[in-house]
Amino acid sequence: MSLSKQPLLTLLALLALLALTVGAAYLPIGAAQLPLALLISIAKAVLIVHVFMRFSHGTGVARLAFAAGFVWLVIIATLSLSDYLTR
Amino acid sequence: MPEPAPALVAPQFESATQQRQASLLGMWIFLSTETLLFGGALLGYAVYRMQHAEAFAAAGRHTLLLAGTCNTAILLLSSYLVARAVQRMEDEEGRGARAAVPRLLTFAVALGTLFLVIKGFEYAHEIREGLFPGAAFHIEGRDPQAQQMFFILYFTLTALHAVHVTIGMLLLAFCAWKVHRSSAPQRLATLVDLTGLYWHFVDLVWVFLFPLFYLLGRSP
Repeated sequence: MSLSKQPLLTLLALLALLALTVGAAYLPIGAAQLPLALLISIAKAVLIVHVFMRFSHGTGVARLAFAAGFVWLVIIATLSLSDYLTR
Repeated sequence: MPEPAPALVAPQFESATQQRQASLLGMWIFLSTETLLFGGALLGYAVYRMQHAEAFAAAGRHTLLLAGTCNTAILLLSSYLVARAVQRMEDEEGRGARAAVPRLLTFAVALGTLFLVIKGFEYAHEIREGLFPGAAFHIEGRDPQAQQMFFILYFTLTALHAVHVTIGMLLLAFCAWKVHRSSAPQRLATLVDLTGLYWHFVDLVWVFLFPLFYLLGRSP
């Protein structure tokens, strides 16, 4: 039973995070605004990937394949931003 | 009339487990390339946002926050329904559990349609307001060029995402139809699982597009 309730709890958590991020957008916190919103998005992403996509159920090679996309993205971002941020 | 059941294991595989894992691996590799597709575009966003933070905040105030928030909730709910459908497909209790799958998937497709309808109204509103990039683009405030860049990124990324939503809806509808028609729906578990992964990924992309395009410049 606990297993079948997990998606519902996840949905409720995701909707709560949505309310939180919309509320936080109106806080007068200036430059901290976007990092905070992205942090909440990452929390939502972790829930979706972990519970809805059942990432941890996958084989090692499948998890590695998905993680590789993010590794490459970090490489692309680092190389690009090392130019733009140092001009 | 029910369709004949598909073969259990294709000849190139040794077992049903190996076949299933190969299919899942293929989908995860594909989603990895999708991460790079959207990630590359978001990197472009990051560069322009760093250079024109104020213009992006000014432009961001023009998107419709209520519509974006509703659409986020709609996609999250549809993802939940698909997760339930995948769970039901694998239920050991058999037919009774799987009878709900076509309904769950059809409801998810309906929510996808609602998402696109709301997005369509948003686009219409923004085009009327002159926010579509091009010769007719006009906007108040400083640095209209940089504000236009915000809307170029907005239209490109949300349209690319909408294409993914459309493909996902077609796949979900196909799954619903297959499960409804099949005499041995337990053999379609992998198909529903793969489609579910794609749909959740589409949801995942939106989770990042939402704050970047709807939440900028709202605070006093």
